[in-house]
Amino acid sequence: MQPTETFFSGFTSNDLWFLGEAALRTLWISLLAISCGSLIGTIFGWMLSVSRIGHYALAPVLDIFRSVPLIIQLVLFYNFAPMIGLRLDAFGAGLIVLILYTSANVAYVARGGIEAVSQSMRRAARSLGMTYWQDMRYVVWPIGLRAVFPAWVGVALGVMKDSALVSVLGYIELLKASQILITRTQETILILAIAGAFYFALSYPISLFASRLEERWHQ
Amino acid sequence: MIEIRGLHKSFGDLQVLKGIDLNVENGEVLSIIGASGSGKSTLLYCINGLEPIQQGQVLVDDIDVHAGATDLNTVRQNLGMVFQQWNSFPHLTVLENVALAPRIVRKFSKADALEIAEKQLRHVGLGDKLTNYPSALSGGQQQRLAIARALAMEPNYMLFDEATSALDPELVGEVLDTMQLLAEEGMTMICVTHEMGFAREVSDRVAFFHQGVIDEINPPEELFTAPKSEHLQKFLAKVK
Amino acid sequence: MFKALPDLLQAALLTLEVAALSMILGVLIGLGLSLIRIHMKGPLMWLATVWVELARNTPALLQLFFFGFGLGAFGIHFSPYVIVLMGLTFNNAGYLAENFRGGFGAVPDTQIRAARSLGMTAFQTYTRIIIPQVLRIVYYPMTNQMVWAVLMSSLGMLVGFRELSGETQFFASRTFRIFEYFAVTAVIYYIIVKIILVISRLLAMRLFRY
Repeated sequence: MQPTETFFSGFTSNDLWFLGEAALRTLWISLLAISCGSLIGTIFGWMLSVSRIGHYALAPVLDIFRSVPLIIQLVLFYNFAPMIGLRLDAFGAGLIVLILYTSANVAYVARGGIEAVSQSMRRAARSLGMTYWQDMRYVVWPIGLRAVFPAWVGVALGVMKDSALVSVLGYIELLKASQILITRTQETILILAIAGAFYFALSYPISLFASRLEERWHQ
Repeated sequence: MIEIRGLHKSFGDLQVLKGIDLNVENGEVLSIIGASGSGKSTLLYCINGLEPIQQGQVLVDDIDVHAGATDLNTVRQNLGMVFQQWNSFPHLTVLENVALAPRIVRKFSKADALEIAEKQLRHVGLGDKLTNYPSALSGGQQQRLAIARALAMEPNYMLFDEATSALDPELVGEVLDTMQLLAEEGMTMICVTHEMGFAREVSDRVAFFHQGVIDEINPPEELFTAPKSEHLQKFLAKVK
Repeated sequence: MFKALPDLLQAALLTLEVAALSMILGVLIGLGLSLIRIHMKGPLMWLATVWVELARNTPALLQLFFFGFGLGAFGIHFSPYVIVLMGLTFNNAGYLAENFRGGFGAVPDTQIRAARSLGMTAFQTYTRIIIPQVLRIVYYPMTNQMVWAVLMSSLGMLVGFRELSGETQFFASRTFRIFEYFAVTAVIYYIIVKIILVISRLLAMRLFRY
């Protein structure tokens, strides 16, 4: 009986703290990936919409990030980086992959946003003497953003949930931390439930907020 | 003055304008009538460069609109356009809608832009709607908003592309009244329209478009009472 | 490495099988969940909502772990295949239910009124008028969900399921040629997804000829 008692110990408040820290790390890598990825993705989205060449050149490349499982991308990149002389830890590799993944998805959302603004509306702006970029900044951006905001929130929340996969590279975010605790305490359901609650608490209010905003804007 | 010489315009293989020669003097109100698809709206888009042309010249105050060196954005400041779908900016209030272009295009200060905007909105009768959003306005009011927005840029010329065609019948009058007011104030206007009453009473000349050319152009008294062209006679018989 | 290719392709079929099954089940359950949420009140509606919101607001991997290790803690053990199937179905049902709910909401009530005033029964109205229109609206999201299911099945590799990713992991860890094996697998996934999208587009052209 003795060996079992030394291997497994109960779930303590320290462990809750451990999970909390890991949740912050989930949040941290997610926020970085979402912000950089959205910025780059918006540029890609513009490139997709602005010309046929842009579309045919860029779309297949972006599709790679959307057609290969994230876990494969992570493992691949993590093993590829040393081959080109990049020394990356789990966080670095995971972050880069997440940024590229986010940007590919945001690109299509952004393109949708740009195309949501009717040609007629843009002609009205140009006929007032606005330059192409003024039209983009004062007309397309605000209208397009409102049109695709829910979709963008969906992508952002998806990235936050997918950040759990960076755990396979060893990055100790929330899910990895849960696994470590489960191995030690054997309180599988409890820990998974707590981890689930963390994710839920991050994701659900935001998606609710986004749909409320969408309703309000549609007046 | 707007001068159009030998204008040809195609969309791919489809030739829409097959040689337009037209002069519009300052202060003139020109109405353009004709069947759908005869190229009327396209002509307006060629005047302010929203559409490229294949052949010919468009001169606005002696500036060649389609010359490579011309800055279209500058030319457009002088040409106000009102579209069939008013295209009010939904994310801005009525006042902001009108003040935007003066501020960012003509580089007026925010205060000056707001002042001009308010002046033009009162001009078209929307002085009490300044803080509303366009979604709270009727179609006729949004169209008048579009007119005020174009006027705020202080253009010499106003182009109206079927400004009343998308409106419910009871809202058409308020827009036509506004257009008539501008005409009486001496604005140079080119109006593509289906409103024969407006064309007859307010214009100095009426141009009848048929299949990409100006079939007949005359003052309204002659054009409507004594049409010379056969196509025009058929057209007028149909719209009666 | 090319000797491993047949095994990889075999595993890819397993991937497709589990993804397709989870989609079929997901559609059926998702349809049920969405109809419950639209038409019913009370504990059943509440349960359906909990399912949908849990599925959509937590990571798929976490859901998979629940079905694998979570149930395992209760002494209920399933094969990796079934674990992945359950996890994917749970996830799919949640997302599809939300898609369907939006689809139903997008068909105007006037359609129902028109059908009923022509004398159609509720059942006829639903099957001949409403559902075809809903299908059109949710078709693209459903295609996306199918692609998603194929991509998510790769998580099976973390619970011991030898689908495409799991099989790749097996070979890679034995030969330490991690990059090469996973690169090939990435290409296989890319091709699979492209094929799914092409089939979907062709199917759409035949289904939605109006």
